[in-house]
This record gives sequence, structure tokens and C-alpha cells, in this order.
Amino acid sequence: MQELPPASAFITLSMAEDFNEPLDEETWELRLYVAGQTPKSVTAVANLRKYCEQHLKGRYKLEVIDLQENPQLAEGDQILAIPTLVRKVPEPIRKIIGDLSNEEKVLVGLDVRSLTNK
Amino acid sequence: MQENTLSKPAALPQLPKSPTGIEGLDEITEGGLPKGRPTLICGSAGCGKTLMGIEFLVRGIQEYDEPGVLMAFEETGEELAANVASLGFDLKDLQERKMLRVDHVHVDRSEIEETGEYDLEGLFIRLGYAIDAIGAKRVVLDTIESLFSGFPNQAVLRSEIRRLFRWLKDRGVTTVITAERGDGTLTRQGLEEYVSDCVILLDNRVIDQITTRRLRIVKYRGSTHGTNEYPYLITEDGISVLPVTSLRLEHQVSNNIVSSGIPALDEMFGRRGFYQGSSVLITGTAGTAKTTLASAFAEKICQTGQRCLFFAFEESPQQLIRNMSSVSIDLEKHVRENRLRIEASRPTLNGLEQHLVTLHRLVKEFKPDAVVIDPITNLITVGNLSEVRSMLTRLIDFLKVSGITAFFTALVNGGVGRAEMTEEGVSSLVDTWISVRDLEGIGERNRGLSILKSRGMAHSNQVREFIVTDHGIELLDVVLGPTGIVTGAGRLTQQLEERAQALAAQQEAERRDRELERRRRMLEANIANLRTEFESVEEELRQISTHEQTRHEALVSGKQRITSANPPAPKAPDSGETGK
Repeated sequence: MQELPPASAFITLSMAEDFNEPLDEETWELRLYVAGQTPKSVTAVANLRKYCEQHLKGRYKLEVIDLQENPQLAEGDQILAIPTLVRKVPEPIRKIIGDLSNEEKVLVGLDVRSLTNK
Repeated sequence: MQENTLSKPAALPQLPKSPTGIEGLDEITEGGLPKGRPTLICGSAGCGKTLMGIEFLVRGIQEYDEPGVLMAFEETGEELAANVASLGFDLKDLQERKMLRVDHVHVDRSEIEETGEYDLEGLFIRLGYAIDAIGAKRVVLDTIESLFSGFPNQAVLRSEIRRLFRWLKDRGVTTVITAERGDGTLTRQGLEEYVSDCVILLDNRVIDQITTRRLRIVKYRGSTHGTNEYPYLITEDGISVLPVTSLRLEHQVSNNIVSSGIPALDEMFGRRGFYQGSSVLITGTAGTAKTTLASAFAEKICQTGQRCLFFAFEESPQQLIRNMSSVSIDLEKHVRENRLRIEASRPTLNGLEQHLVTLHRLVKEFKPDAVVIDPITNLITVGNLSEVRSMLTRLIDFLKVSGITAFFTALVNGGVGRAEMTEEGVSSLVDTWISVRDLEGIGERNRGLSILKSRGMAHSNQVREFIVTDHGIELLDVVLGPTGIVTGAGRLTQQLEERAQALAAQQEAERRDRELERRRRMLEANIANLRTEFESVEEELRQISTHEQTRHEALVSGKQRITSANPPAPKAPDSGETGK
């Protein structure tokens, strides 16, 4: 079952890269929560974008949510730490906190490697 | 919004406080928690940390109109609402009225992977959003330690929690943070107690199978506070910290007098009874009719149309009624008329504090004019000396503030321990102290009653013997023997002797009276004699004077006759006339 994010999430979409190519695998839905343009946030966004392009090209949706602008969104995904990357789809939900500087850990955390090996 | 400052305009402004509305806690903290600052409530499992936090919020909303945010790390909003519903807190309603916001923070380590640097800005944002959404003045974080299990990087967490406290202070919200108690430290992390401005420690202790919860204020920056451990209870109305009454001795006093129910005992007091609202203690050894005295008092209260609450720790109501009817104290009638209420329970049924709370509740419910506790010494079985003493202090204070006459009985025995308890523990608290004791003489025991003290009125210094008869308690008149007051058979002997003496004295008096009578009669006879003599003399003398007069008259008439027989010369009348 695919869990739909709240409608308001799409409005706040600061950056959405939607590659709607029909694929065998389901589309990965990733959300990155940041708070303002802090060094940690900027690093995290850059890192994530890089990994996605490398490993999930064309198969992912990425939302970057700035909680400074939309604090009401923090509750839905149980966000405490900043930055937090949430993998909504495929299930189960996984969270990775930090500036995502360790590529190995991010890929393991997102369980991406197994997919790319297919 | 309640301000506790500015009571004296000239004085320096005091630390503003935010009243909790929790019964008793505001007295101990002298006004409440520090306003706009974080307060830590720590304690082990089952102390009521969460409850205290929620009560702080709910009372804040209900009584001080301060909206609140509850950030729950352990339980969901639904669970919390269900848990406190039994206390009459309707969280759902408060949430709908936008006075309360519950945010459940779920931290699951299994979901979280950590790479690189992060902070807890998300928590700050969530909290800030919740505060702004309803304009909250109060915040509760329950229990912040869950974060430590959720995030692996301790260094980040510690600095972030420090920052959180700072941030909360800057926001100016009064915050309550709960924390679990650590081993040897107040909290597990040993951090929160240093960054909080006020620390309240809750404790749950089991002594002799009886649990007592206690509360202590460990620190309170910028304010004085009660430093003792105060027992508290989780009751149907929430948390109740004892003392629930004022810590000061400032109660109103009454000049009214209530009777002890025994007229002769009343006579022993300078004002014929006890002051209304005072506390009376009856101490005595076993079988000295303490309960009977207490029942007599209770009956008297009811007879005057007032209400009395009777706590019996030894007998069941039925037993008490039956036993008292044997001495003509009819309690049943008053129970039926709802003027007397007998509450019987074993002291071990509850902890001391629970007894106190039961009493408070019943007093509020029943509104009695007098309370009898028979006997208070039984409470020792559920607590040690100092605890019983502090409980009784609070109890007596409470009753005094309410203007209720308190009547306690206490069992003392020859031994040292308990006698001391009564003397040191309670006697300084009570206003009137009556002692009943066995006066053991030759081959018998008798009961003696004396007043040890009675504040505010003169009292008899005599030891009176009293007997329990079919008609109730009777105090006997004092019988003084050669060696002091005598009782029992000695008294009877003494009375007999006295009666014999009185009889003899009476006979003597009668004899004297008779003698006097005789004398009087003799005197009267003498007087009569003398009078007779006098009369005869008088008569004689009177006779003589009568003779004299008759003779004189005869002489005069004879002369006239001679004169008329020999008329005088014609000139004689002239000469007679001139001669006149």
C-alpha cells in the first residue's frame, strides 16, 4: 500500500523531480526535511541529489520540505532531528538523520544497493 | 493570569510564579512553579510524574486560563486522555477548545539511521509551532529521556537538550519536564536537574508493606520553598500534596463552648466544657472507658442538633452501638437521623495519608461539627512515630481551620514507648488533655479522671473517680480521706464513717436543742411565778389605795353633810365667795 503524503506537502514542494517513466519497480518517494539554509541542510540536499542521480535515476520523487516555512509538517512524519531523510515508498518507512555525508550508510539505510544490483 | 508579585509595591519584585493549581503544591512552593522557566519533575516508575504534568496543564487551563502544550514521548494522545479521564480531565474537550495541544513524539531507533551531523531543530520547530498555534503559556515534556533511546549520538543530544531548556526560557513558557530517576542521580542522564530552575523529586516508598508517596523540592532558583518531604496522594481529584491546609497557625477561634456530654465533667472546666473547634485528647490505659467517654461526647453533640463524625478504628459500628446502648448512650437514633456517622475501618487498611485523605473527604462531605477518632494510637501500627505525629498535626490543623471540635482517644500503657508518643507526640498539639487511669487499691481497680491541661480556661486539679453505670458515666463527688482522695471500697468505708460521724453530731445537736428547750421552759415557768407574785403584790397595793380613797371620800361627804346641817352666816357666802 502506498501511503499518500498530506496534500499540503505537494504545495510546499520546493523541488520535485518527477520522472514519470513507467517502470517495473515502484517509484521511490523520498522526503528530506530541513530547517532553513543551514550548512547541514545544504550539504544534505546536495548529497541526496547526488546519490539519487547515481543510483535511482528516473525512479524517484524527491521533496525537500523546509520546516521553518511549514512547521506543521513536522508532526506527520515524526521529525525531531534536522536534517531527516524519510523513505516513504517502498515500505517500510525508513529514516536517515544527519547531513548524509557517508554515502555507504545512506545507501544501506535506504536499502538502495540491493535494488541497483538487480 | 495570576501574579504573585506586587503584594507590596515598595518591595523588590519577587520571582514571578505560575500557580499549579495542584492541591498543596502551591503552598510548598510558595506560589507555584517559576514562571517562564523550566521545572523538572523526576521520580521512579509509578510516582505520578506524567499525571502531575497533565494536572499542571489542565489546572492551568481551567483555573488560570493559560493554554498548554503537552509533548508526549511515551504515550499517545489517546492513551493519555484515557488515563486521566478517571480524574475528570477531559483532554479531548480541551483540545477542541484550542486550550490544549497534545503532540505525540514517536522515536523508534530501528527506523533511524544516522549519517553525519544533525541537530534537533525539528523538535524545536514542532514545539514552537504547537506553542504558537494556541498561544500556550505552559508546556509539559513527558519524558524527555526517550530521546536518548532514540538517538545514538549522546553528545549531540546533551547539547541539544541544554539548548532546548535555554530556548524554552527564551520563549517565556512555564515548562514542566518529567524524567526518570537515575541510579544515584536525580535523572538518568544527570543533565536535566542542572539546567532546570526548579526540581521536584517524587518518591514512592514502601515501609512495612504500606506505600507512601512523597514529594520534595530539591531546588528552586530564586525562591524559598518548603524543604521537607511531603506526602502526596493520587486521589480521584488528582494529586493532593499534604499539607493540604495552611502551614501557618492562623485559624479563627471560637468562644463558644461545647459540652463534654457528662455534666460533672463539664463542671471541672472553668467554662463548663470545651471550646468549640479545640482539640481534646483522652489518654488512658486499657479498659478505662475512653470509648464510652468519646461516645458520650458524640451523643451530646448530636443531641444539640449538631453533626458528629466518629472514626472507630477498633469496633464496627454495630458493635459500638450495642456496647454503648448498655450504658444508655443511644447512638443508633442519631445514626438514623443522619446526625452521627460512624466510619469504622482497620488502620492497616490504608496508609496514613490515605486515612487523612478519607477524613478530609468525609469532613467535606458530611460537614460535621465534631470529629471523634477512637483511638489515634492504633494508627501507629501503620506508621512510625514521626509520621503519625506529622499526620496528626496536619489533621488537627485541618480541623481547627474548619472550626471542628476534635475528640481523640489514645491508649497508653505502662511501657515507655507509647506513653512517650502520647506525651511528646500529641499532647503539645491538643488544647485539652484529660487522663483516665486505673487507681489500683487494695483488691480492686477504680477509674480516676483528671484534667492535665486545658488551654484558655481554668480547670479542676482534682482526680475524680468515675463509674460507668446503666445510666451512663457518673463522676462521683470527691471523697477526701486522711491520705488524700479515696476511691472504691475505701471511699465507701470513708463514706460510712462519715455518715456515722454525721449521725452522732446530729444527735448531739438534737440533745442540745432539747436542753435548750427545757431551759427555756424553766425560765418561762419562773417568769410566770414572778408575774403571779407581782400580781398579788399589785393587787394588795391597789386595794390599799382603794380603801384610802373610800375613806377620803367618806370624810368629804361627811363634812358636806355637816356644813349643810349648819348653814353659815348670811355674809358667809360672800366671804365664802371672796374666799375662793
